[in-house]
Amino acid sequence: MKTIIETNNINKSYGAVTALHDINITVNDGEIFGLIGPDGAGKTSLIRILTTLILPDNGSANVLGLDIINDFKSIRNEIGYMPGRFSLYQDLTVEENLKLFATIFGTTIEENYDLVKPIYSQIESFKNRKAGQLSGGMKQKLALSCALIHKPKLLILDEPTTGVDPVSRKEFWDMLKDLKKAGITILVSTPYMDEASLCDRVALIQGGKILSVSTPQSIIDAFPKKLYSISADNMHKLIIALRNFEFSNTVFTFGETVHYTDRRNSVIQTGEIMKYLQNNDLKEIKINEINAGIEDCFMEMM
Amino acid sequence: MRTIYFIIWKEFKQIFRDKGMLPIIFVIPIIQLLILANAATFDIKNIKVMIIDKDNSSTSRLLIAKYDASNYFKLVGTTFSNEIADNYLADGKIDMFIEIPANFERDLVRQNMNKMMIVVNAVDGTKGNVGMNYSTSLMNDFNQEIRQKFSTINTTFISNTEEINIIQSNWYNPELNYKIFMVPGILVLLVAMIATFLTAMNIVKEKEIGTIEQINVTPILKYQFLAGKLIPFWLIGMFELAFGMIIASIIYGITFVGSIGLIFLFAAVFLIAVEGLGLFISTISDTQQQAMFIAWFLLVVFILLSGLFTAVENMPGWTQNLTYLNPIKYFIELIRMIMLKGSGFEDTKIHFAVMAFFAISINTIAIWRYKKTV
Repeated sequence: MKTIIETNNINKSYGAVTALHDINITVNDGEIFGLIGPDGAGKTSLIRILTTLILPDNGSANVLGLDIINDFKSIRNEIGYMPGRFSLYQDLTVEENLKLFATIFGTTIEENYDLVKPIYSQIESFKNRKAGQLSGGMKQKLALSCALIHKPKLLILDEPTTGVDPVSRKEFWDMLKDLKKAGITILVSTPYMDEASLCDRVALIQGGKILSVSTPQSIIDAFPKKLYSISADNMHKLIIALRNFEFSNTVFTFGETVHYTDRRNSVIQTGEIMKYLQNNDLKEIKINEINAGIEDCFMEMM
Repeated sequence: MRTIYFIIWKEFKQIFRDKGMLPIIFVIPIIQLLILANAATFDIKNIKVMIIDKDNSSTSRLLIAKYDASNYFKLVGTTFSNEIADNYLADGKIDMFIEIPANFERDLVRQNMNKMMIVVNAVDGTKGNVGMNYSTSLMNDFNQEIRQKFSTINTTFISNTEEINIIQSNWYNPELNYKIFMVPGILVLLVAMIATFLTAMNIVKEKEIGTIEQINVTPILKYQFLAGKLIPFWLIGMFELAFGMIIASIIYGITFVGSIGLIFLFAAVFLIAVEGLGLFISTISDTQQQAMFIAWFLLVVFILLSGLFTAVENMPGWTQNLTYLNPIKYFIELIRMIMLKGSGFEDTKIHFAVMAFFAISINTIAIWRYKKTV
């Protein structure tokens, strides 16, 4: 399998803050690689290094076999990049934006129309509307079209679904899957843990460090403990009670329930926990053993 | 080439679509030219004067009539009381007062001479000085007149008129019309402001709204992007100059003695220099606010050191030396030389050489500092 991105011990700090610490990842040809982590984890810094916008303090990286420091000009020709913030000209129309980026890459809309068609055709009826007047979902489609207009081999997307409604998010991931079928390798960052399962492989990143790189399934399979979903009538009291429980390992809220792991590796008597909670004046207690999700794995690794 | 053309096309599209910027570029300069040229005048007129007439004779009334008739003075009133005049001066209701002592006419005839007191508010030094000078020449006139008048009555008034008569003649601006002097300078200011501000703001705006991030990841070359940015504002600057010149000749009737082509040739180089300055400002600021402040600060310094409002020759030596670094000063000097005196290329080649040097060095520094990274 061909390697598209390879980083070797990349470090980056801004003053006293270390944004990236010894980052080593490899992205293979034709996969959707997810960079998953909360805000401030270092996702954008890593992406900006790989797109040659900033330089690492030390360490090296290859993108499409090109060195990010010495061959940055060639890299810029080969990759498609969609920044986290909508970065097209809001006072130019949809068509003008696309035309501009086609021209900068020395191509025309017609030449590569087949690649952007599935996406661009959805917004083509608004081609005379200014980009600033588009809805969030349409802006995404336009930005993606502009990033694809020069037929890049690698597409790098920085939090493309942040702040996008659930329907548009799903649509967006469907588009990415289609692009993958067209042979484009995709590196995508997201703070949404539930999107991890849509990637072929993911890297969990936190505090500038890579916690784990694997397929979403093997990350979940590697979850070391039994996980319980617990709910009761008083959420706040429930959390405090569980945190004070002598065997408690991790206690996190997850929607309307609390995800709980125990410190003991042996078989756990749920009745024991139930009894403890009842003693703490909690009612309507429900305890279920569940399968871990990516978010639980993330919390476990932190 | 196609890329540069496209960036220029995009820039013009954006300028013409911006409902806020368009008036700034095209309407405000006109308004400024109409207002500033009138405001920036050194002509001092309507000096408010009060006369304390303690004599109340035909001679004193003649003097009052002379002040009243003069364009330069506005006679606020006459009084008998020094106290009233003092209070008026203190309150700023008058700029100066003249005291004609009691028995002025009688003593003048008897002793062949007399004294008057002129008190001037010198808080505004220029105005005070000018008021004093106007008064002196008015008094001279008055002297001549009463001499003739009294010489017919009293033979002791021998008319010993001055033997040397100084007749002034003002070259290049015979009517001492300050507009002719000011308008070319204001034109330069407008062009400099438009070019510096628009260039600096435009690039910083792309930084601020993030569009530069998308552009930077493209293979576009630095020179293509910057040329695409500088050329539109260069064209707008040239357009503003032509536009301003037409307004100047229509409204102020200013005629161009020298070659207009030479002015535009210089403007072409000047615009490159000030755009380079704008570009440099954009490389050292992250927000439009910062850029605005730096650009404004520099322009105020340049304007005050340009010789537009105050003659460079009147500044202390070290300040005069500083003005050699001021691009605006060279253009103001040159445009006045060409427009008013009809100087040719031979007389202005130093200006051209210095401006070319500015243009090259500022742009070199700015382009070197401009980075295609975030």
